[in-house]
Amino acid sequence: MKKFLVAPLAVAGWLSLTQGLAAQETVVKWLHIEANPPIVAAWEQVARDYEAANPGVKIEMQFLENEAYKAKLTTILQSKDRPDVFYSWGGGVFEAQVEAGVLRNISDEMRGDWENTLSPAAVKAFTLDGEVYGAPMLVSQVGFWYNKDLFAKAGVNAEEIATWDDLLAAVDAFKAAGITPIAAGGADKWPLHFYWTHLAIRLGGQAAFVAATSGSGDGFDGPVFVKSGELWQQLTQKEPFQRGYLANTYPEAAGIFGDGQAAMHLMGNWDYNVQRSNSINKEGLSDDVLGWFPFPEVAGGAGKSTDTLGGINGWIFSESASDEAVDFIRYFLSKENQTAMGREGYFIPVAKGSAGEMKNPFFQRISQNIAASDYHQIFYDQMLGPDVGRVVNDISTDLAAGIISPVEAAETVQEAWLDK
Amino acid sequence: MKTGLGLTEDLSVDLAARRWRAWWRRANRHGRLTTMVLFLPPALLLFTIFVVIPIGEAGFLGFFKWNGYGEVTNFVGTQNYERLAGNRVFKSALVNTGLVIAVSLLVQLPLALGMALLLANKGPAAYIFRTIFFLPFILAEVATGLIWRFVYDGEFGLVSSIWGALGAEAPFVLAERGLAMYAILVVVVWKFFGFHMMLFIAGLQNIPRELIEAAQIDGASRWKVTFYVVLPLLKPTIMLSMFFAVLGSLQLFDLIMPLTGGGPSNSSQTIVTYLYQFGIVRLRIGFGSAVGVVLFFISLAFALAYRRNLFPHSAR
Repeated sequence: MKKFLVAPLAVAGWLSLTQGLAAQETVVKWLHIEANPPIVAAWEQVARDYEAANPGVKIEMQFLENEAYKAKLTTILQSKDRPDVFYSWGGGVFEAQVEAGVLRNISDEMRGDWENTLSPAAVKAFTLDGEVYGAPMLVSQVGFWYNKDLFAKAGVNAEEIATWDDLLAAVDAFKAAGITPIAAGGADKWPLHFYWTHLAIRLGGQAAFVAATSGSGDGFDGPVFVKSGELWQQLTQKEPFQRGYLANTYPEAAGIFGDGQAAMHLMGNWDYNVQRSNSINKEGLSDDVLGWFPFPEVAGGAGKSTDTLGGINGWIFSESASDEAVDFIRYFLSKENQTAMGREGYFIPVAKGSAGEMKNPFFQRISQNIAASDYHQIFYDQMLGPDVGRVVNDISTDLAAGIISPVEAAETVQEAWLDK
Repeated sequence: MKTGLGLTEDLSVDLAARRWRAWWRRANRHGRLTTMVLFLPPALLLFTIFVVIPIGEAGFLGFFKWNGYGEVTNFVGTQNYERLAGNRVFKSALVNTGLVIAVSLLVQLPLALGMALLLANKGPAAYIFRTIFFLPFILAEVATGLIWRFVYDGEFGLVSSIWGALGAEAPFVLAERGLAMYAILVVVVWKFFGFHMMLFIAGLQNIPRELIEAAQIDGASRWKVTFYVVLPLLKPTIMLSMFFAVLGSLQLFDLIMPLTGGGPSNSSQTIVTYLYQFGIVRLRIGFGSAVGVVLFFISLAFALAYRRNLFPHSAR
């Protein structure tokens, strides 16, 4: 008799215990790739604030290094203990994830109030077939960061670098003065693909990219992309980068620039912070030494000088993410929180009205550039999907190493695109 | 009649049971069968889950185009293998893997053997050197890769200081397409020769002293003792070492990722780094599986050739 009583009691006890635990705590696992300590600390603070305002929700921050994150993401998204919130660059990788059904549709949450607080173009970057699958956080633009001291030393005026030929001439001037003209992280490859793709943007504008991706005109093996390779090799043949650049990663290159060892660094605006944290003294170049100019135009190019290359990055949710996870990101991306991020100069936020208080003069300027741009091209290596994107990175590096011709490079990309 | 028939039936059942029991008793001498029944299933299960099924899956996925998400539906026949055959980087990965095998067998093992012959005797100096040469093997491979990245750095590294002392500007070995793979080979030999040296020392200590002494009494010189007595007796250890060296070379991955990541511009890929970079990172799981299948057949061919040629008598 006793036995019959004990079993149901035990089960009931166990059930109430687990339910009690479940009611007590919803854990939101948040996987990010931010390595800069002050930014991580600021995010952590937002998470703690949210926890304080929402008892029963626990925000767990998890970190993976950029390259490792990209490589592991597919497996992570399909594993049982996947995090709820992930970092995303949008583009083809994001589309593949949506098509596979591994992301949570947040259209219902996004429509209405939340949507109105964000820039429409940014929300569009996380929309596929009218459904929203992610929330944008920041925009970025790629351009040339430069060192004013070294420019003065070599007698080069950054304001006068308006065309590709001007840039080539500046490289010559730096070489003559015994200064490394440009820092580059060639081992990571993607820093080099900025050159090939930005040249294509300047040469062909939006039309060339649309034609190539929609198959309505010239493909990636058309004259625009071949010419990009030729111009890129004009630069690389001058050996403008630090010695051994093909073995340097992006953080190392940022450190070299931050240490004042190279005059320029073609990179996104995030380099403002990365060149500091990777420099030897952790301070890098101060605002009065640091300068920024946009990627030069190409004579006769069809692209507009206002066209921009960059990213729209944000957060996506695994298919099993809880409502709390979405709610937390909504709080995280609120105008108040994002204004603080912008004010500190961590990145350029997309929440409406949040960029206004940015004190960082570079970010102010870049924010205006993007607002004025009719064509903001998202990084090719994200936009074209993981496979074609990596092919673009490969050929950009191979062109720099001088082992393939511009025609071969363009044909390789087109072949990968058709095979996508 | 009926009872009689029943009796014979009973008898035959009884007989079968008894025969079976007898067989069991015979076969289960010293509890051999009990051990098998108890201990085989876990190992067999693990082997099936982690070896047989993945190999089968890779073989299956190799015929598909699949990005790792969702259902596997896009059958492409042998396309993945055709692409592989025509791929420039894969060819260089094959050459590089061959190079690692060649250097492991032709440079690393003789070096290890030489060191073992010098250091097999007892004494403090021998102990100290053994420890020094064995230390690199203890290091984690990723740590080794990172350390050597600094060593090779053309600006601050050891290599550049040596070059600087000679009054020349150091090359950035890891950034040169023609040099990076050789730089990796140096690290491979540095890291693993100590392990093979230890194997050889253990083998040498198993050789009976009497045989060597007998040869010496017969007037054999030191070289002759080494070549006609020691080396033939060391053959099983050398075979084992070769086996480890070749398999390790085929699997080389952890060391390369931190050193060059397969770069500059894909000039130092091995089969496994190629599989990772071109299969997993690019979400071409089908293509990566095809690479895995090729690697599997290379390993299988080696294992079979090894058994047939080097152990002609043990393959019974």
